[in-house]
Amino acid sequence: MGPVAGAWQWLTTGANWAGEKGVWHRLGEHLWLSGLCLVLSCLIALPVALWLGHLGKGGALAVNVSNIGRAVPTYAVLVLLTLSPLGTAGDWPTVIALVLFAVPPLLTNAYLGMHEADRDAVEAARGMGMSGPQLLLRVEIPLAYPLLMTGIRSAAVQVVATATLAALAGGGGLGRIITAGFGNYNTAQVVAGALLVAVLALLVEGLLVLADRAFDPMRGRRRAGRTARRAGNAALSPAHKPFAPASPGVIRSDPTSSEPIRTD
Amino acid sequence: MAATDNCLTANDWICGEYLRTRSQELVDATLQHIGITAVSVLLGLLIAFPLALIARHRRGAAGPILGLTTVLYTVPSLAMFALLTPVFGVSPAVVITGLVLYALTILVRNVLAGLQAVPAEVREAARGMGYGPARLLFEVELPLALPAVVAGLRIATVSTVAMTTIGSVVGYGGLGNLIASGMEGYFKAEVLTASVLCVLLALVADVLLMGLQRLLTPWTRTGKKRTRVGAARRAVRTVRAGAE
Repeated sequence: MGPVAGAWQWLTTGANWAGEKGVWHRLGEHLWLSGLCLVLSCLIALPVALWLGHLGKGGALAVNVSNIGRAVPTYAVLVLLTLSPLGTAGDWPTVIALVLFAVPPLLTNAYLGMHEADRDAVEAARGMGMSGPQLLLRVEIPLAYPLLMTGIRSAAVQVVATATLAALAGGGGLGRIITAGFGNYNTAQVVAGALLVAVLALLVEGLLVLADRAFDPMRGRRRAGRTARRAGNAALSPAHKPFAPASPGVIRSDPTSSEPIRTD
Repeated sequence: MAATDNCLTANDWICGEYLRTRSQELVDATLQHIGITAVSVLLGLLIAFPLALIARHRRGAAGPILGLTTVLYTVPSLAMFALLTPVFGVSPAVVITGLVLYALTILVRNVLAGLQAVPAEVREAARGMGYGPARLLFEVELPLALPAVVAGLRIATVSTVAMTTIGSVVGYGGLGNLIASGMEGYFKAEVLTASVLCVLLALVADVLLMGLQRLLTPWTRTGKKRTRVGAARRAVRTVRAGAE
């Protein structure tokens, strides 16, 4: 029996879905952990990023925080927290590690979004007499929306992926199915668990892309603006774009294409 | 004797005795870690380069190549290694294949972006000087794309160092193996030492790649120096003008 057939058989066995160690329970744990951590990290990162972006300061902080996060393996932090005195406090080590790694993409993207928001538009709005909060809610946040959502998407996918690792440090979630399978030398279960986790991660990514498009406050307008800009760029001869090699510190020239950085 | 053994029996986070008695284990794990990371990133680069070239030359291929590598990136690492285990058995190939697949996403994008950023007039000039496509690629386009390529290489390397630790599920995780065994035995010094070594490894690799880029692209440095001199001259001129 091939591993895929074995996995299919495992997945279609009702007994594997029921009970404390069943798929439903693990899926529930996974979603609960991921959701909680995503909400917590948004609550921490977004106000800070929006405030820094609104002031136009602290860019170096936002970028450095996410650069440092890249070098630290999530697994190591999970295990360290589990062995620390916090380890006796149930799911808290997992929650802390997940939040710790979700904050950087949120912070960086939200800050960049605010930073890239068209300064002319912001100035115009200020000239029209908008107050600080009005400016933030009605001009800056809608303009920063695409990057804001990119950050939330990166963070969400990362949290779902990292919640899998919690299993290695004794936490719950779908990862438990994989680690239990490794423990019993049960390849069918390992593959079944991996398929479940992979499908869940892809599903989350897909749903967020759709939600991102559906809720964009300036959907039609932004597309029109982009087309106009592209037409304008094409009109300029290439000679107007001086060649500038990317500096070593700058990773992406186009921050809208920023990817989540995997360390899990 | 009892005093030196103390930190092992007390299970301290930091323990010199641990470093001394288990140095061989630490060295082995670090070497395995470096080996797996280096092979993965190099293989990733070897595969990403032709993929980026194909994506550049055929518009129809760019979408599927970028799309597929991005979808692979979404799969959690534990699931990725687990899915590859039936294919390769329990071997380093599982870990390396998984890491190569992740590195591809970053490397293909950066190589492509670097090549696309080469100005058309530079390409035209080289062609006018009689450069064939291969010479154009290796002697003109690639050197100019190097900063973007190295930037991608740095991200890929640093995150690969971090992710190699998950290879411990199949026993090939380098320092991750120590983290896993430390977790099992509740051995704090082992976990902390391995974690710190892992972070250090990532930082050292990053600095080395940065140095490599500086060596390979000397023209970016002279440019900077020139502007710095220019800025100083301008500043002197401004000061003089103010004094007059």
